[in-house]
Amino acid sequence: MDSQLLTAIEVVVGVPAALVGYIWLTERIVTLAPPKWQKRIRPWFWLGPALGFLGFFLVYPTIGTIIRSFQSRSPLRPRWVGLDNYKWFFTNDAALGALLNNVVWLVMLTVFTVGLGLVVAVLVDRVRYEPWAKSILFLPLAISMVAAGVIWKFMYDFRPPGQPQTGTVNAVIGTVGLGPVAWLQSPTFGVSTFALIAVMVWMWTGFAMVIISAAVKGIDPELLEAARLDGAGEWQVFRRVTFPLLGPTLAVVSTTMVITSLKTFDIVYTLTNGNYDTEVIANLMIKQMSFGEYGRASAVAVVLLLAIIPVMAFNIRQFRAQESVR
Amino acid sequence: MTATAPSRPLPHPLAVPATPRANRRPRRAGRIVLHLVVVGLMVLWAIPTIGLLVSSFRPSSELSASGWWTAFAPPYHFTMENYSQVINQSGIGRAFLNSLFIAIPATIIPIAVAAFAAYAFSWMEFPGRDVLFVVVVGLLVVPLQTTLIPILRAFAEWGITGEFLAVWLAHTGYGLPFAVYLLRNFMGSLPKSLFESAAIDGANHVTAFFRVALPLCVPAIAALAIFQFLFVWNDLLVALIYIGLAKPDRLPLTATMANLVNSLGGGWYLLAAAAFLSMLVPLLIFFTLQRYFIRGIIGGAVKG
Repeated sequence: MDSQLLTAIEVVVGVPAALVGYIWLTERIVTLAPPKWQKRIRPWFWLGPALGFLGFFLVYPTIGTIIRSFQSRSPLRPRWVGLDNYKWFFTNDAALGALLNNVVWLVMLTVFTVGLGLVVAVLVDRVRYEPWAKSILFLPLAISMVAAGVIWKFMYDFRPPGQPQTGTVNAVIGTVGLGPVAWLQSPTFGVSTFALIAVMVWMWTGFAMVIISAAVKGIDPELLEAARLDGAGEWQVFRRVTFPLLGPTLAVVSTTMVITSLKTFDIVYTLTNGNYDTEVIANLMIKQMSFGEYGRASAVAVVLLLAIIPVMAFNIRQFRAQESVR
Repeated sequence: MTATAPSRPLPHPLAVPATPRANRRPRRAGRIVLHLVVVGLMVLWAIPTIGLLVSSFRPSSELSASGWWTAFAPPYHFTMENYSQVINQSGIGRAFLNSLFIAIPATIIPIAVAAFAAYAFSWMEFPGRDVLFVVVVGLLVVPLQTTLIPILRAFAEWGITGEFLAVWLAHTGYGLPFAVYLLRNFMGSLPKSLFESAAIDGANHVTAFFRVALPLCVPAIAALAIFQFLFVWNDLLVALIYIGLAKPDRLPLTATMANLVNSLGGGWYLLAAAAFLSMLVPLLIFFTLQRYFIRGIIGGAVKG
């Protein structure tokens, strides 16, 4: 433990110090070059460490995973197997089920978080306890998905009918004579998948709300006032003025939620581990990895990446449009 | 967020603008519905956490027999037993320290690395600058899952799987796109005249970075630090893959808890206390530094 503490302190102090030393040293070297060259060389020294990390941790492994997805499972001597891993993915019920679940996740999570976030952002703007409301809705985002998983394991707790229900959800629906439902063990109609999505909605609505709320506050109040003077009701003001002005913000939040839903892992891993028809791509990949099926796991990861690329392209276009305005 | 504005003179009670009577009644009904909806959502959002908090202080025998809400009726049975048991037995105390060991360096390294890159992207001219920056932003959405296998193999070759070093490096790599993006946005929006006058005074880029850019970026760095710290503290996947497979006793809180969830079918009373211990640090940060946290989120809405 002590040696670890020492390493931690060394790293915390040492790394920034080393970086400062590095920049100082390279600046000395750069000034030796002719002035025309200085401007060209210097940026690359400053960018060097970041590009090194990005290259090694994001670019290189992504290429490596793509290559690995065309190879067999053996970790020691992988053979080329062509498209076998992909064939497995697209002919396997569990994998296709995971893909389908991810589509459900994508639609439901995005619609609910962005929709609720929008409603709340517009509503809390009109009450005096706005900071409190925001804090409470936002709080779940600060805790880990594992802790959220525990919280909801309690919420969804199920006791056979006749026994007192200790789970909040079953107790509440019990008061009107419904249930009890085994929320996390019900594959029929994807009940369990929806139960998991509800947990993520609970976590991420605050995120959507905070961003949308910032945009709502950025709307010129005179615009709204002008619409009201023209005789528009509150609903019309929202639909004709507020909503269109929020468009770009809603697009950004939606893409973030789409990506979040595609990458969903922790909540599934802790609450059901993919049982009862709740499997998702990211959890499937970790499972294949733990079986030593590195070829298949890589193919699953590539499928995930392919699903994300269109969203990424959209995000980049959005970003460039924003930059050109600056 | 709660900063009180200097007290504004209250409008005279008689000065309330007269609204036509017909207009007032539907408005009041609307206000009531508005408050009902907002307060209803607040209650709905708070109940899960409150339920867990209450549960964590209830004796184990009662936890499995009745719901947490019954604790508010007599007889009032509350106990610290769950917490003391969790801290002493399940290795949670150890995991708490591991989490700190992992999160602090994994917050500082990426910020240090990103600050220099953000400065170069903001205030140095070089061919391909904008394209390169867009590529970095694009890397924001690369799923971690795509990178796990090759990195794990490289770490195994270097013999650092299971070491904290492995997670520090990995979190630095994964956190960088967001860090560079956020800091570049902030640094790039500083007034150009500052840097021009610094250059006229004979300051080179190193001086301009430390004397001008860095001090002005403190709010952005604070937001980023909170964000990255919470991200690492709450991370399960990275720790599970790069540490968990080799050295389970170095796992952070999240992973230890995930294992508890999977292994303790009936050990509920421990879980509630363990979960609350793991939330302690994030909640503390959230309530003390909420303003920076929210600023970070708004400043970097693209983070995936």
